[in-house]
Amino acid sequence: MHTHQPAPPTLSFPYLETLWLQVTGTLCNLTCKHCFITCGPNNASHPIMTSEQVTQAVDEAVGFGVREFYFTGGEPFLHPEIEELIAYVLERGPLSILTNGLLIDATRADRLAKLAAASPYSLDLRVSLDGFTADQNDPIRGRGTFEKIIGAVTRCAAAGIPPILTITEVVPATEATLPAFQQLLSNAGITRPRLKFLPPVRLGREARRDRGYQDEERLVDGDLLPDEVFSLACGTGRMVTAKGVYPCPILIEAKDARMSDRLADALTPIQLRHQACYSCHAEGLRCRT
Amino acid sequence: MPHLNPDHAPPRRIVVFGGVYNNHLSLAATLAEAERRGADEIYCLGDMGGFGPRPDKVFPLLQRAGVRCMQGNYDHSIGNRLEDCACGYTDPRDNHFARISYDYTLARTSDANKDWLRALPTGFRHTWNGRQVVMAHGSTRRTNEFLWASTSPDHFLEHLLRDAEADLLLVTHTGIPWSRTLPSGRTVINVGAIGRPANDGNLNVWAVEIDLTTPSDIRHRFLPISYDHAALADEMRDEQLPEEFVATILTGWWTTCLEILPAKERALGRF
Ligand code: SF4
Ligand code: SF4
Ligand SMILES: [Fe+2]
Repeated sequence: MHTHQPAPPTLSFPYLETLWLQVTGTLCNLTCKHCFITCGPNNASHPIMTSEQVTQAVDEAVGFGVREFYFTGGEPFLHPEIEELIAYVLERGPLSILTNGLLIDATRADRLAKLAAASPYSLDLRVSLDGFTADQNDPIRGRGTFEKIIGAVTRCAAAGIPPILTITEVVPATEATLPAFQQLLSNAGITRPRLKFLPPVRLGREARRDRGYQDEERLVDGDLLPDEVFSLACGTGRMVTAKGVYPCPILIEAKDARMSDRLADALTPIQLRHQACYSCHAEGLRCRT
Repeated sequence: MPHLNPDHAPPRRIVVFGGVYNNHLSLAATLAEAERRGADEIYCLGDMGGFGPRPDKVFPLLQRAGVRCMQGNYDHSIGNRLEDCACGYTDPRDNHFARISYDYTLARTSDANKDWLRALPTGFRHTWNGRQVVMAHGSTRRTNEFLWASTSPDHFLEHLLRDAEADLLLVTHTGIPWSRTLPSGRTVINVGAIGRPANDGNLNVWAVEIDLTTPSDIRHRFLPISYDHAALADEMRDEQLPEEFVATILTGWWTTCLEILPAKERALGRF
């Protein structure tokens, strides 16, 4: 026991705004070096959710007045019934899908555009990129991925559903790099560029690629800002996987992070006792669109 | 100026608007429209500053017309002399433009007006025609929550209005007007903004009229407000505000701070 370890802060849970669904578990068609949950073709630590598991969680969240839904993984488009699930959610509210884009061919892009048009609610695709050249991106996401991602972004834009590009700050966003990103997007036919820059989370493979957390990088009682509950993913959101309910998308492989079987039992305050919580607080890590 | 009735008599016609964004010309036009319609109460749901020229010009207009004003997130930041508008953009271009208008507004708002903003209430509640009418800046649970049509599902709005014990909820903060009657019969109105056009290629701005003249019913109507946008553009250029802002006034399309728009609303704009 570390008897002198100061207590971590307790975060209240004012309401459920965001439901995250790890529809394909940790199954991914890439093995990015900075992936904070070590996803890949051989990681089944969280299995694919059945469609019933997804729709049950969605229905339960609707009962609690949830506002928005997120599909994540792994790679959500590896789910065999992904388009049915997208349609199901879009009848009930707005949906964002975090994808690496690789499985979005022209036909799929068209079908997604039709699903988006048929709903009164927004469908946002978020595609990640780690640089504006293959030389920057491919060492992290895998050889040849830059071309494939840009291809997917271009197809989505052509179909009328231009994605949001999430750029993990492995390549720092500076005044100098920004115009290059803009140029890249306009070459891909994106006239309404949407960019998000995210700091790295030092877990999973990222901990080995760069560095893990230092011992003092943890939160203690009193660290939280007054309105921080509204910007942290765990403040007004919950993550559901095939294995149960977790406070956020970041901690699904963390020891003791699992909260409950059902959403109803997880809408409670939590202690921010994990070192990843330090990134959320100190570096403004944000998961939402 | 409108004839404002004493506090006790229930109003019959109300005009509600938000998002002034320093646009004193559209504010004057909105107040004139309210008077023409015989409004006996006028409400402003907040965000007096940002974007437009000469922030101090809107305050005497609001005060002289007896507008019942609410504090928006921008008013909270300016009133409390905070370092930034806390808009939380992650797109560097959006951040750049948000910084310009915030620094400009903060530097040119008088101390007296800052104090006035700081003291504003953050919500209103009335019982009109037997129904609970609630006004908030963003949403009833958070000043800076965006209620966009495409990200506000019916079940979520029902939940929000039930919690707030509201039959009718009026909000602003997004800049794009919409309204919806929910399955329960409760109604949500986002009044839009009078400070800049609604990103639809039209140059007018929007306010809302609430009509209480039919007993036990509340009707509403969106009011398109035209004003001298060319004069505003000239004034913005005199003040050396970014040409990107001027373009919005002259074309009706948003050019900056687009990051907050959900996919559907974004697709309707030009940029
Ligand atoms: S970062 Fe995303 S795309 Fe890459 S391995 Fe992890 S889940 Fe897959
Ligand atoms: S990692 Fe971040 S989102 Fe997850 S519980 Fe910790 S602070 Fe909350
Ligand atoms: Fe606002």
